Amino acid sequence: MDDLNCANLVKKFGDFTAVSGVSLDVPAGSFYSILGPSGCGKTTLMRMIAGFEAPTSGDIKIKGESVVSLPPNRRNVKMVFQHLALFPMMNVGENIAYGLRCRGDNKADIPAKVARVLERVGLPGVQEKQIGQLSGGQKQRIAIARCMVLEPDVLLLDEPLGALDLKLREHMKIELKQLQHRFETTFLYITHDQSEALVMSDKVAVMNAGRFEQIGTPKELYDAPASGFVAGFVGDSNRFSGKIADVRGSQALIELDGGGQMLGEMAEPLQKNAPVDIFVRPEALTIGGNEPATTLSGTVDSLLFNGANSRVLVRTGTGELVEMADAMQASGVSEGAKIDLSWQPERARIFAQRAG
Amino acid sequence: MNRDAGRLSLILLFAPFALWIGLLIVLPQIGIGYVSLREKVGINEYEYGFSNYMAFFGEPIYRNTLLRTAWMSILVTALALVMGFPVAYYIAKMARRQSRAALFLMCLIPLWVSDLVRAYGWIVLLRETGVISTTLVDLGIISQPVEMLYNDITVIIGLVYTVILFMIVPLVSTLQGMDDALLEAGYNLGGSRWTVFRRIIVPYAMPGIVSGCIITFMLAAGSYLTPILLGGKNSSWFTEQIYNQFITRYNWEYGATFGVLLLVFTSFVVWAGLKLTGQSLATTVAKD
Repeated sequence: MDDLNCANLVKKFGDFTAVSGVSLDVPAGSFYSILGPSGCGKTTLMRMIAGFEAPTSGDIKIKGESVVSLPPNRRNVKMVFQHLALFPMMNVGENIAYGLRCRGDNKADIPAKVARVLERVGLPGVQEKQIGQLSGGQKQRIAIARCMVLEPDVLLLDEPLGALDLKLREHMKIELKQLQHRFETTFLYITHDQSEALVMSDKVAVMNAGRFEQIGTPKELYDAPASGFVAGFVGDSNRFSGKIADVRGSQALIELDGGGQMLGEMAEPLQKNAPVDIFVRPEALTIGGNEPATTLSGTVDSLLFNGANSRVLVRTGTGELVEMADAMQASGVSEGAKIDLSWQPERARIFAQRAG
Repeated sequence: MNRDAGRLSLILLFAPFALWIGLLIVLPQIGIGYVSLREKVGINEYEYGFSNYMAFFGEPIYRNTLLRTAWMSILVTALALVMGFPVAYYIAKMARRQSRAALFLMCLIPLWVSDLVRAYGWIVLLRETGVISTTLVDLGIISQPVEMLYNDITVIIGLVYTVILFMIVPLVSTLQGMDDALLEAGYNLGGSRWTVFRRIIVPYAMPGIVSGCIITFMLAAGSYLTPILLGGKNSSWFTEQIYNQFITRYNWEYGATFGVLLLVFTSFVVWAGLKLTGQSLATTVAKD
């Protein structure tokens, strides 16, 4: 059985539709992410699941039971807030015990439960510490412990890594995934950071303008994006705009707006002359010429070293900057050199342009 | 050079404060303390000792007036807190951003009128020939005009009205700093409205509650106009006793003694209040 089902959820604020017709099914024990730019409605969706907003229409089920009419304090979904919202006037132990006391647990059992959950998040014995004495990563874990001690059906996480510095964020990604495994609880994770979503999730729903663009595993989203939005938002991509000059089976030749032609795979059925975007991932580009329709010529503009994620920036004849993956800078190109880049047509994906 | 400039600016900034505290607070207080310890035994002949204080403790009317003043001031403080908290909460958390300033201003407007005029406003309303009494008679609800001035309830109403603003202001500023996510977290973790209020809102607002209570209590206990005008002779406010000793009876020694006792006693009440509620100035008012 699924831990969480949303069916046709709609939320309107006056004339503005924040969430329009969203459905999702989160299987028990999975790490499920909702990925989208800010303002796409993902926070509204989460607040509806937590019960802070009432949906305009649609249904929310937790473990098969509709919770739409339940107030937030009677739903067994717990939430890790964006800024964690640890209670500053209580120490760590009291923060964690708060939920247990609200639930009416036997007073004698509470200290043992608090100690056990602190141990599970790897911070044994910090009950007496004040919130201000904790580091960013520790606060994070306390916020999770405070929810997990109540054994929720679903744990909602609202961009909890946003406030951390980069190094810690990378660390916490792995840590969160491990915590999820350890607790075997369903996590619903909201983020605008595609790398967080890809690294941690079993499944990702990409959200834009109140709708889901695509739901799939991180690999599916990356390899087979269902829309131009997903292709541009998930992972790095070079994007070119143009018109379809010729349709060849599932492939099409694109006449670029800036001049030049590119051959790629159509991700959706398209007609000749349709305005399209063509997306090519940096790692799909290789050095060396090919047929004219699968080759871009230019000069090396700059080299960006970042270990296995190193990039070469190439300025094409039409002045566009193109990113090419160059792990460990193994190619040995130098700045200012002439260079040809080519790609397999299957790895260049064509989508119809959409307004906005 | 730079350090000297820094020191100079510190001295310049500190000077008005030091002068104010020294000349207007510390020095007069020392003077009052000095006067309270002397006793006039003849023309320009004085003896020093605690006889004035002994006289105070020996006379039940003085003692009781002080206790009554403290007790009624505590009541005023409690009422101001109970009535001010919802107002402050509404302004800080529930009102829309645009209307917040307007609401705050509405609380401040009464302060633009002097104490005297505001007390007179109550007199116009409550006296025997006042607005409320005559309206009730005209409506036939009561047969004879009633005098609603000169009793304890009126004094308390008047004082609450005078001091409530000083409760609302610190409460609004502490509550404004509270992240709404704390409340949502409180509900999300299973708290009822009452639990969230008791365990999250009140503890968070405690610095504002403590400073608001101290200010309103001190203002109420030290007020003179409102209890005299609204309570008349029955008010038996301690400040009235001080005034009587200084001005009417020209007994500066007693007046000074009473002044010192009022200061010591109200400070004691504040201290006891902090102790009883388990608060300290360091963790509330002086909290960053």
